[in-house]
Amino acid sequence: MEIDHNQLLRFTTAGSVDDGKSTLIGRLLYDSKSIFEDQLEAVASTSQRKGHQGVDLALFTDGLRDEREQGITIDVAYRYFTTPKRKFIIADTPGHIQYTRNMVTGASTANAALILVDARHGVIEQTKRHAFIASLLQIPHLIVCVNKMDLVDHQESHYQEVIRQFEDVSSKLLTKDIRFIPISALNGDNVVHRSAHMPWYQGAPLLHVLEHLHISSDYNKIDARFPVQTVLRPQREGFIDYRGYAGRIASGIFRPGDDVVVLPSGFTSQIKTIEAGATPVAEAFAPMSVAMTLTDDIDVSRGDMIVKNNNQPRATQEFDAMLCWLDSSSARPRAKYSILHGSNAQKAMIKDVVYRIDVNTLNRDEASADLAMNTIARVSIRTTRPLMIDAYRDNRQTGSFVLVDDATHNTVAAGMIL
Amino acid sequence: MSKYYLNYLDELESEALYILREVWAQFENPVILFSGGKDSILVTHLAQKAFHPAKIPFALMHVDTGHNFPETIAFRDRLIEDLGAKLIVGSVQESIDTGRVAEERGKNATRNALQITTLLDAIETHQVDCAIGGGRRDEEKARAKERFFSHRDDFGQWDPKNQRPELWNLLNGRHFEGEHFRAFPISNWTEMDVWNYILRENIAIPSLYLAHERDVVWRSDSWIPMSEHLILEPHETVERKKIRFRTLGDITITGGIESEADTLQKIVGEVAAMKQTERGNRSDDKRSESAMEDRKRQGYF
Repeated sequence: MEIDHNQLLRFTTAGSVDDGKSTLIGRLLYDSKSIFEDQLEAVASTSQRKGHQGVDLALFTDGLRDEREQGITIDVAYRYFTTPKRKFIIADTPGHIQYTRNMVTGASTANAALILVDARHGVIEQTKRHAFIASLLQIPHLIVCVNKMDLVDHQESHYQEVIRQFEDVSSKLLTKDIRFIPISALNGDNVVHRSAHMPWYQGAPLLHVLEHLHISSDYNKIDARFPVQTVLRPQREGFIDYRGYAGRIASGIFRPGDDVVVLPSGFTSQIKTIEAGATPVAEAFAPMSVAMTLTDDIDVSRGDMIVKNNNQPRATQEFDAMLCWLDSSSARPRAKYSILHGSNAQKAMIKDVVYRIDVNTLNRDEASADLAMNTIARVSIRTTRPLMIDAYRDNRQTGSFVLVDDATHNTVAAGMIL
Repeated sequence: MSKYYLNYLDELESEALYILREVWAQFENPVILFSGGKDSILVTHLAQKAFHPAKIPFALMHVDTGHNFPETIAFRDRLIEDLGAKLIVGSVQESIDTGRVAEERGKNATRNALQITTLLDAIETHQVDCAIGGGRRDEEKARAKERFFSHRDDFGQWDPKNQRPELWNLLNGRHFEGEHFRAFPISNWTEMDVWNYILRENIAIPSLYLAHERDVVWRSDSWIPMSEHLILEPHETVERKKIRFRTLGDITITGGIESEADTLQKIVGEVAAMKQTERGNRSDDKRSESAMEDRKRQGYF
């Protein structure tokens, strides 16, 4: 079957009530025939009850009761659709500054980010914020959808103006792949089908772009990192001496016969076997979940990392990171937190707030050290034991961590290692 | 294209294995919530893979409404034997008999909501700190907001507005005594993905999912199976139809669809062309716009 080759693409959409984000998602689902009849009927009857003309596509993304009542997205919602080419997971996130943390959450696993710009208003503060977060989280592909082209008579000048305005923003971003598509989510122009109203646009419609983004190279294939989740000891007949190390490959490629070192102990060994599920494999790469056996009987446990001898991460207790504060209670100065990094958990302290970033202007603020909800700041972290880290720009798995407050057990901050 | 990429089913499988292993590593006494439906069968199958060659390290917990398809129970017992796993049964009938809950009255009475008490009691009695479920985000709008690791307070309640953020693949299962977690390893799977995977892996499922002849009654826009628990309305008549079920639950409210799909291959073809959502045949979800959200808040699956 053809689907055997189909990949999964995760993308995030950020936007507010007014820029047509929900309508765009509804349009993608509707035009790609991912809406069922009973869903359509429910939305059609709600549209009618609310006095909307036709079917209000935005209602397909309606969520929790509070969200319906307030007409906004509060939390990240996940939507799914499939085309003959790919399976898609949409992390639908709210756009308001108050929900920066949810945008960051949705962005953390995305291959691509969609940013909506109202063609009438051009690039606004919110656009910059969304672009900055996409860049901070190192989403490899950024697609700026210039929406509501129908309200500016489908004129190219509005589209070009957005591209021009965005240049000021992109100079501050790390994102290399930025594209612009003029669309009307309401009418379906350039979403799934090419628009008849914008002959001046030579590019592909949005869905086509999403189906053809090259994402295989988004994974790090160079630095082999295997955080051990748990040790498998069957202790039953036939497997008495079996010790398998279970985990999900964070990056790179492992093969039986590879010379490896176990961190932090530094013991060296060789990979004997790798199994994915219950099937032996000749090589394993991210993001495969596997079980590995080694030729030597050495001490390996959860929190350890198996890497190749010739390419090792940084083992350190001190590093700088970009931190997004997620919790409603602010950071306590020099307080200790638990740090979760891969399968490792240690204690950590925020030693210093180097500067905070204004997510609307991208300016640095060195005067204030307050870490409140939705603050993004560069901080210095110290841990009680060494972590095996890589820079986030090289490795989204081994370069990321969260902080947990031991008093509440809440996840209070997300960090990207510099 | 590089050969170093996974197809989407392999990636979903890998994600599920990762979550199941995190559950095992982070909790003391996790169980799989097993209904006998395809999603919990899938989760059990994935758990076998995640811990191979070791045995599956989770007990299976079944919340038994007493309104079962006999096929489901037979399937459950065979699977438990094959796995060598432990079975924990929470009985809704027992909850009724001991006065913990009262049976609903009226025409559309079901034991659906009663399961919440039985489930939470079983979790408390057996000191379960994580219950692994087969919930999927594509099923229902409240489920679209669910986390992989979903926190429940000491009343077993879900607070959708106050969920822990989940970033990258970092899962935080820390909790206080009395609280527990629900874990959803197949959150990102759709109904189509589940069937494609069941077909690919040739996973055994109850025969109820395949088209078969059955005595049924037309009620609430679907074919409700005739059973000892079903009370017929005067105008209702029993008919013999070739049907199959898209979901399995309480026999009194799980509607079947007319179908000729009697092989896995045919089901995949039929699901691909399906025009109604799978929960469209579940009258428990038709009660109101937020029926699922309300039940989930209280501690439902």
